[in-house]
Amino acid sequence: MEPAAAKLIGAGIACIALAGAGIGIGTIFGAYLQGALRNPSAAAGQFTNLLIGFALAEFTGLLGFVMGMLLLFVF
Amino acid sequence: MGRTFEGNGLVDPLHQFNIERYGEFHLFGMDLSFTNSSFFALLAVALVVAFLAFGSRKRALVPGRMQSLTELFYEFVAQMVRSTMGQEGFRFFPLIFSLFAFVLTSNLLGMFPYFFTVTSHIAVTGALALMVISVVLIYGFSRHGLKFFKLFAPSGLPIPLYFVIVPIEIISFLARPFSLSIRLFANMMAGHALMKVFASFVIMLGGAGAFSVLAILPFLTNTAVVGLEFLIAFLQAYVFALLSCIYLSDVSGEHIGH
Repeated sequence: MEPAAAKLIGAGIACIALAGAGIGIGTIFGAYLQGALRNPSAAAGQFTNLLIGFALAEFTGLLGFVMGMLLLFVF
Repeated sequence: MGRTFEGNGLVDPLHQFNIERYGEFHLFGMDLSFTNSSFFALLAVALVVAFLAFGSRKRALVPGRMQSLTELFYEFVAQMVRSTMGQEGFRFFPLIFSLFAFVLTSNLLGMFPYFFTVTSHIAVTGALALMVISVVLIYGFSRHGLKFFKLFAPSGLPIPLYFVIVPIEIISFLARPFSLSIRLFANMMAGHALMKVFASFVIMLGGAGAFSVLAILPFLTNTAVVGLEFLIAFLQAYVFALLSCIYLSDVSGEHIGH
């Protein structure tokens, strides 16, 4: 296989990280909504925690993005 | 990242991140030229200063329109600092406020067409993250001395668990500057590249003869993406400031017993 082709395939494979980030972010917002609908008065206090969880889950997907960019443009 | 697709009609979505020098300036072998990145960073700072100075110039007891906007901005950050660090952590308010204002303004400035997004480069966000972590380390060590290392060993666990917890805590602490900087830069870069990719779909479909009617579809999608990008621009600035608050509050005392 040519190195250029392997590079592109590798960058494509790195996009799988997005699946994990999607599951994570969906779980966090879904669980927040579930909790918020059961006890709306406590929802506002947990908004900060919601965003922290979102940021941490999103980061794993972004690592995949960074890997793809490294493969495409650095190597 | 100089990849041009000229010739086959494609738009290079990464061209917008190119750094252009406005004049050459070298000092001690380092390239300190004034670039479009430095220009837009200065523009962001100037806008924040102008906004705050203009909003607070009257200092009226009953605020006018501009002053309420400024007070809203101030109160928003003050609320975030108070809720995460308490009144005692309010000494870090100037740092957090400056970080939030700078990151938010740079993110929003990048939404203008042909404007450069300062925060889309890891050199910029990495410097910001290193600054935050330096403050965390200096504050932690000056406040607790060597007891700072208790941060890595939370009290009240069974002894065998410490062999697992301590390495995890150390790794998660070391990963903080990376996660802080990569999150901001990758979000900005990926979002802006996405907008350009959808915009290039419009151009490509527009030149496709009978199918050029379909160009409206990526155009509508791109409109929605621009809206999403405004949300992301705000959210990432908020997350950056919020995580800085939390890292500072980690070393401020409650988690490190005396």
